[in-house]
Amino acid sequence: MVTHAPTAGPDARGGRAPAMPAIPELEACIHCGLCLNHCPTYRVTHLEAESPRGRIYLVDAAAQGRLDLTKSVADHLYLCLMCRACETACPSGVQYGRIAEAARETLGPPGPPLTRMMVRLALRHLMPHPWRLRAVAALMRVFQRSGLARLAAGVLPGKLGRRLALMPAASPRFYAPEAEVLPAIGERRARVAFLSGCAMSMFFTEINEATVRVLRRNGCEVVIPSGQICCGALNVHNGEAGSARAMARRNIDAFPDDVDAVVVNAAGCGAAMKEYGHLLARDPVYGPRARQFAARVRDVSEFLAALGVRTPARPSSQTVTYQDPCHLAHGQRVRAEPRALLAAVGVQLTEMAGSDRCCGSAGIYNVLQPEMAETLLREKMEAIRETRASVVVAPNPGCMIQLKYGAQRFDVPVRVVHLLDLLDEAGA
Amino acid sequence: MTALRDAQSRARLIRRLQSVVGEPYVLHRPDDLTVYEQDALMVARHMPDLVVLPDTTQQVSDVVKLAREAGLPIVARGAGTGLSGGAIPQAGGVVVALTRMTRLVELDLASRIAVVEPGMVNADLTAMLVPHGLFYAPDPGSQVASTIGGNVANNSGGPHCLAYGVTSNNVLGLEVVLADGTVAWVGGRAHDAPGYDLTGVLVGSEGTFAIVTKVVVRLVARREAVRTLLAIYDKMDVACEAVSAVIASGVVPEALEILDGITMRAVNQTLHAGFPDDAEAALLIEVEGLAESVPVLMERIEDICRAQGARRLQTAAGVEERLSLWKGRKQAYGALGRLGRRAMMLDVCAPRSRLPEIMRRVLEAGRRWNIGVANFFHAGDGNLHPTPFFDFDDDSPEYARVIGLAEDIMRACVELGGTITGEHGIGLEKREYLGWMFTDADIAAMKQVKQVFDPAGVLNPDKIFPTGQPVHGGSRKSAAAPA
Repeated sequence: MVTHAPTAGPDARGGRAPAMPAIPELEACIHCGLCLNHCPTYRVTHLEAESPRGRIYLVDAAAQGRLDLTKSVADHLYLCLMCRACETACPSGVQYGRIAEAARETLGPPGPPLTRMMVRLALRHLMPHPWRLRAVAALMRVFQRSGLARLAAGVLPGKLGRRLALMPAASPRFYAPEAEVLPAIGERRARVAFLSGCAMSMFFTEINEATVRVLRRNGCEVVIPSGQICCGALNVHNGEAGSARAMARRNIDAFPDDVDAVVVNAAGCGAAMKEYGHLLARDPVYGPRARQFAARVRDVSEFLAALGVRTPARPSSQTVTYQDPCHLAHGQRVRAEPRALLAAVGVQLTEMAGSDRCCGSAGIYNVLQPEMAETLLREKMEAIRETRASVVVAPNPGCMIQLKYGAQRFDVPVRVVHLLDLLDEAGA
Repeated sequence: MTALRDAQSRARLIRRLQSVVGEPYVLHRPDDLTVYEQDALMVARHMPDLVVLPDTTQQVSDVVKLAREAGLPIVARGAGTGLSGGAIPQAGGVVVALTRMTRLVELDLASRIAVVEPGMVNADLTAMLVPHGLFYAPDPGSQVASTIGGNVANNSGGPHCLAYGVTSNNVLGLEVVLADGTVAWVGGRAHDAPGYDLTGVLVGSEGTFAIVTKVVVRLVARREAVRTLLAIYDKMDVACEAVSAVIASGVVPEALEILDGITMRAVNQTLHAGFPDDAEAALLIEVEGLAESVPVLMERIEDICRAQGARRLQTAAGVEERLSLWKGRKQAYGALGRLGRRAMMLDVCAPRSRLPEIMRRVLEAGRRWNIGVANFFHAGDGNLHPTPFFDFDDDSPEYARVIGLAEDIMRACVELGGTITGEHGIGLEKREYLGWMFTDADIAAMKQVKQVFDPAGVLNPDKIFPTGQPVHGGSRKSAAAPA
């Protein structure tokens, strides 16, 4: 039916454009458009190509060979936050995340050539290596403590300076548990493995410690495998599925099988690990193990709510609002459990408008797409301000970093915490 | 119609349009254009030459003038959730997407009207009105995404139109940009404006008369009480008869819908909406009114449903259960994506008293052409949505079976005294069938109106009126026989 296609532009790499493979998940979309208004980037731009339906259409057209994978196509796919709000909205159950991840695997990492190279370098040679991550964390600490960071943020021009200011403060030490297996306190009710994570270990050591304390107080023996590495979520989301597969295999080997659950306190990591079965579907050796592993993964709120937490020793009366991390609400469909735990702690929860709309953090998105990220953050901070809550709970490292920055940038007097901070403070 | 003659004139037009709406809002690269080649009618597509997204009435007017100068057709578009292909630029040209124009221009609570821009999303308008106890009544299934402008173009309906009327009953006036770029107002801020009822003419004109840039809508107050009932049936026939019995009793509910078993099971897969998994049909009935009268009304309806053979009655316990049932109903079309790669939601009407018969004929047609058909529809006003779902492409030979099926269903509706379209518009999808409903003289009269508004035929050409050309992937004419 297409009678006159305009000529194609130059492709993304300046060479031959890669071919988009057939992606089975594409078939479920019947183009009804009910996702549009749920998409943060469509709500800002009002452009079809920045909507889930539009992006699916682009991938589909490319897979059919009707469209070249130009730089512009890549830009549309990378302006997507991968928040997966469209999956919650979709009546047909289209797995947008899988479509976009497959498309990005074909496109490779985002950005202009230098950025692409840096991103690829970091994803391949930094993220899978805990010791290198530790070294980076140590360097960051020195840089930030010395006052050089503040100096640079002040001296560098607007955008660069602001980006530097966005850089979160590294924790005083990299998370290192006192032993690989920590016994339950009191009667043992469960044996769990804990993903200590990369960002959580670098920036939120105390939250990891709090998580382990709460798990143990509630009767969990906690195994923290020393051989574990980063879950690979950033790799999958940024066109580096190959290295993500290797990381998933490492983790499947590192984690014990004889646990009731693999507990995760970072929403993005939990969502990614629940997809290990899909990620390694075509791996004859690891495929079946990956499916079993994925079935054991639980967000810490999901796990604790099912287990039942002990009555908090010091109930809290703070006014709290809750930011649904995208990869918890949309990616894992976990919404009720964190709220139930907040209620158990005794806090007063005031819901913000659009609590399940992305804050703009989205992994490394806020670094690569600062303008869109800032627009979404501004809206988010206003929604938080309106609740007049003194605390915002956002159980995911990316969201916490973004909201902390947002509280400063837009002058909203709110403390940003993890759900497990509150549970630990209350002695649950 | 002359299109862009060469790359140079194309580049010049792009620059001039950019100076009107700003550079980011003139789309001209293949990827940016491709996504506008289709709306929610999955079985046809056509690439526009350019897509422009104006932000003000003045910009719409300027864009229309520039497109006219370039000799290009102009196709207005909202969210692209239309099911008759009305926003598909069949003849190429400039798509004017109104999705940026989302403002609430005025809210007059005393007069209970609002003035909105065409890109305002239907559900967003109602959400804004919640604090005032008001709402905008027409509630098409697509309301979470579709725009008021698109609703106006198609004279959209929805479940609650049984009580509140369709879009034309809820729009009082319009600001429009005419085919020559002139800005004009029609209608006013109250019903029955003096002079010709041009609002009535423009609502449902599918972008073929003018481009709507502001809409004056009537708002309605939320009633004191509401109750929602799901009456579950083992036979579609029996459910249809119950509909006639309810209406005949003199009680008119706010909504009276039927969902069949296929649809309910598909919806249940995504949403735990509370539909039964093992029934052939269910009536979804809602009554509103004073707190004292609603229980009485509902009791009468329950008695009738029971007398008419309902297996089970299930009243929504609270707000959440009620909203969940409605969410399930509104996601019905989308949920069918689980059953086939494609679905084509038809939109036809039959007199309410003939519901059992038309449903029998719909199911018969499905069997005859060997294609699965799901049904979920506005039973209260006889507006059916038989939805074939299938796995082949619109350019495959099998596709002719879908067309055969659709034609059988439309023919049956016309024979029973119904129509070939209810609320989705004629668009591309139904244009070749207009002659089934109207005489040549009738169609000629309509064409004269088109002639007045758009003598050059540049606004959304090839829509509504028969062209003698196949609509779908070119396979329509292939010899198809029932299975």
